[in-house]
Amino acid sequence: MVNQSSKIIDKVSELSEQNLYACYQCGRCSAGCPAVSIMDTLPNQVIRLVQLGMLDDALQTNTIWICASCFTCTVRCPKGVDLAKVMEALRQIILRKNEDYVEIKGISEEEMSILPQIALVSNFRKQTA
Amino acid sequence: MKISYYPGCTLKTTAKNFEDSAIAALMRLGVELAELPRWNCCGTVYSLASDDLIHKLAPIRNLIRVKEQKQSRVLTLCAMCYNTLKRANIFIREDSESRDKMNDFMYREEIDYKGDVEVLHLLEFLRDEIKFDQIAKKVKHKFNGLKVAPYYGCLLLRPKEAAIDNPENPTVLENLLNSIGIEPVDFPYRNECCGAYQTVNEPDLVADRIYKIVNYAKGLGADMIATSCPLCQFNLDRRQELVQRRFADFEEMPVVYFTQLMGMALGVDKKTLGFNSHYIKPTPLCK
Repeated sequence: MVNQSSKIIDKVSELSEQNLYACYQCGRCSAGCPAVSIMDTLPNQVIRLVQLGMLDDALQTNTIWICASCFTCTVRCPKGVDLAKVMEALRQIILRKNEDYVEIKGISEEEMSILPQIALVSNFRKQTA
Repeated sequence: MKISYYPGCTLKTTAKNFEDSAIAALMRLGVELAELPRWNCCGTVYSLASDDLIHKLAPIRNLIRVKEQKQSRVLTLCAMCYNTLKRANIFIREDSESRDKMNDFMYREEIDYKGDVEVLHLLEFLRDEIKFDQIAKKVKHKFNGLKVAPYYGCLLLRPKEAAIDNPENPTVLENLLNSIGIEPVDFPYRNECCGAYQTVNEPDLVADRIYKIVNYAKGLGADMIATSCPLCQFNLDRRQELVQRRFADFEEMPVVYFTQLMGMALGVDKKTLGFNSHYIKPTPLCK
């Protein structure tokens, strides 16, 4: 069990190049997050789940998808943890199983006609396999 | 003065007025933008996963195009392009192992790229090279007390390695507005996220953000918001339709590019500035 947990942290640490044990749960990331109101789990809680080896729980949060990589937490973390990279690592673990989060076919024609390319390209880059 | 210019995809379509107004305003300042030949999409977001080199190739290829023009720097307007090019450039400069891998992969490129092109955003170019006091001398149009909320969004300021100014207390946009005779309001939401690409599948989330941002600007007495990112502009402007549906008390506000205000100040004709393509028409500027 212990080995299993440490492997999980290793995977997330490797993809994000972050030391997840550096986080001491001060919550400053969550306090400044502009999208926290619709997250089911606070960003610092996601880090805690990974620290505890509870990867499946971390991957089931909507937090990793709501995070829009605005880097507010990244510039504010007193321990220098780049949370945006941790969220990306967690998204990548799912996307690399070839599972899309966004269904492209679900976007209406009307929306497609008004959305700028940068919105579509960045959304698909972040949320599709 | 001539400088290499990377437009990016959106400046050729939904943000054409951003490009047109920038070109026209810069011409008045004696700067000519030389668009890179054979530029490609930058990928819009910088890849954050450590092993993801493939998505860093697109921005780097654009920087190779700059080298092919025998130039040492490139100017960007779109905040997303700026951030992606800037970060990919820092990455390839500092990580020699990945640099070799990426150059090997791009073996058909004639240049081995080492990260030696300087990536600039227009705002820092205006501040550091053209200088705001020089811009002030060329102002022809008076705005008569127009108050504008400056909105930076995320990618000009974060993360720190890519910041054109202090991430928590930027001043460059305020100083530019001052130099063209516009009063900037002290806007605490100026470096907050608009919701970015969540506009595709979580438009309600974006609408809630826009409601807060625009209402705050209104409360400060601003007549409009000025931005530098085509995605911020879309969210702040076009998504006001959705905000109106969600919040009965919401009052609309125009959202322009800072280059449109600059163009107007410097005497560019209104037709070139493309105010017609806004969802909320910037009527105070159209009189």
